[in-house]
Amino acid sequence: MLANYGYKDASGDFFITIDTDRCNGCGDCVTACPAHIFVVVDEDPNDPMREEPVAMVGADKNKKLKYECNPCKPTWDRPPLPCVEACKAGAISHSW
Amino acid sequence: MITAGIDCGAKNTKTVIMKDGKIIGKGEVLTGFDQNKAILACWDMALKEAGISEDQVEATCGTGSGKNAIKNVKSLVNDIKAMAKGAHYYFPNARTVADVGAEEGRAAKLDERGNPVDFAINEKCAAGAGAFIEAMGRALETPLEEMGPLALKSDKEIPMNAQCAIFAESEVVGLIHAKTSKQDISKAIHDAMASRIVSMIRRVGVNPDVVMLGGVGYNPGFVGAIKRELNLERIYIPEDPEYGMAVGAAVVAGEGT
Amino acid sequence: MTEEKKQEFWRWTESNWANPDMEWNKAKFITAGIDVGSVSSQAVVMADGEIFTYANMRTGSDSPNSARNALNFALKATDMPEDRIDYCVGTGYGRVNVPMADRSVTEIACHARGANFIYGPEVRTVLDVGGQDIKAIQCDEKGRVTNFLMNDKCAAGTGRGMEVFADLLGVPITEVGERSFQVKEEPQAVSSTCVVYAKSEATGLLRKGWTTEKVLAAYCRAMAERIYSLVERLGVEPAFAITGGMAKNMGVIDRLMPMIGLEPAKTKWDTQIAGAVGAALFGYALCQKGKGRKDTKREKQRMTSDK
Repeated sequence: MLANYGYKDASGDFFITIDTDRCNGCGDCVTACPAHIFVVVDEDPNDPMREEPVAMVGADKNKKLKYECNPCKPTWDRPPLPCVEACKAGAISHSW
Repeated sequence: MITAGIDCGAKNTKTVIMKDGKIIGKGEVLTGFDQNKAILACWDMALKEAGISEDQVEATCGTGSGKNAIKNVKSLVNDIKAMAKGAHYYFPNARTVADVGAEEGRAAKLDERGNPVDFAINEKCAAGAGAFIEAMGRALETPLEEMGPLALKSDKEIPMNAQCAIFAESEVVGLIHAKTSKQDISKAIHDAMASRIVSMIRRVGVNPDVVMLGGVGYNPGFVGAIKRELNLERIYIPEDPEYGMAVGAAVVAGEGT
Repeated sequence: MTEEKKQEFWRWTESNWANPDMEWNKAKFITAGIDVGSVSSQAVVMADGEIFTYANMRTGSDSPNSARNALNFALKATDMPEDRIDYCVGTGYGRVNVPMADRSVTEIACHARGANFIYGPEVRTVLDVGGQDIKAIQCDEKGRVTNFLMNDKCAAGTGRGMEVFADLLGVPITEVGERSFQVKEEPQAVSSTCVVYAKSEATGLLRKGWTTEKVLAAYCRAMAERIYSLVERLGVEPAFAITGGMAKNMGVIDRLMPMIGLEPAKTKWDTQIAGAVGAALFGYALCQKGKGRKDTKREKQRMTSDK
């Protein structure tokens, strides 16, 4: 499942996609993110039949994703994103 | 040398007339639905205050979201440059400027000559612009100019869940029903707004001196929230902050590029 | 201006229904799905994966009790006692407020599963526009989600945006569809990306002499454009189904479908129950997997009475 967290509003398109088929719930993204955007849950609320834990974007961060991700996305530079780097399964991608 | 700057904004159109680096006349008019009319009206206002005639103005520069409606001027300049030059005019030590207009929030990093070297814009979303506080004022049934002072009376921290002016309106109604005091709600509104603006400012980097332009500069509740969020003792706001971009445009008109 | 005196232009009718031919006491598993939305709440009770009874009502300001009210309203149409329910799944915006739920599942999963039931296994794309969000979901033939995105941050395109306009123009929400087509020529949309700016545009248009119907048409078009941009971003595969309250607003749907280029799937069921249906079906699947109810006392009672 491609879980797209975030939103689109008049100022743009801000989604973080987690490919849950690749995600094994290891939690490396949770520790890597300086804004504590990710959480790992035992029961995927989007997939009640799933047996493994899965990473998701915290419900309190979802609506503020553009702002929460700003520290890793300054205007002058774009170093590799810590969450994307940390995920060995390559399950995380950003739309902006 | 007499120059002029016209800022045709989403809500208000402003004109500034400068002579040898000093402001000699200003005019402000609601833009409304007829930009041309507003531009002409506030142009006349500024000329009248300056006590000069139109042909005494040597160069005029236009800016703002409606700048394409400004005719017969020497040049047009984008909002970011106008904002930067305006901040530099008032505060030569300015290195960061934020301008929150009615429909857009902008931030820029400046060099020592007031040129923007980097910028960020929160465009077209009311939650990141003056329209947010206006909408909340209606929900709270409080006039806009009282919103700020009301917020100053509170020291509570109530985070707002909604990040959209429309949803925030419902959230405010909910808080009212839950018997939250108006001052606490007003502070929550300003805190929420400041959080978004500061997040935008941080993208260009926070380097002192930090200047704030735009009508929100009159709002002590908002200014206080910005200072708290930035963790700064002082931010610099000119006396008539909503003229910031018009001043910048007038400066650019005199620069002769 | 007090809440009570303000005319409520966004009210619509409430309903409940029970299948008269179903013998619930012969079912192996009775499961309930309760969907508490920001505007409306539904409860669906299923017997071995077939709909036994359901209710659709306004959530109102009594959100903590909506789940209870919806379930009561559904059961009122039957003679089945509530404790016969083996598993209950809560969903919706207010899913934390379903105290009788054994498990909470998102609307994303429930709408896909529910659409698969009420529209059929050919459904691959589900669009759900609710009171406060827009959800675009892709699923497989079993109703399992393969791709989704949801926007609940921005009011543009949501039911709330429609309410703001219905209020502004003084048009009851049930009349929006019909009246938006009472125009000589279809106007251009107002701002599709922000309700606040669309509203000020609309005020200007009214002042310019536009009729209520024309402004309504311009906003319905704006809503359709906004919804379309989200759906298109996800990708649309036939069959395409629409769930949620907006499915009943033909002013938006009839403008949206030509943009998508497909005919929406049809169903005899009330589209608003899709979420609750999906929830009840998950309950059934979990029962079959042997997950059982968290209430072990109830489980023991059942085991001893099953002789």
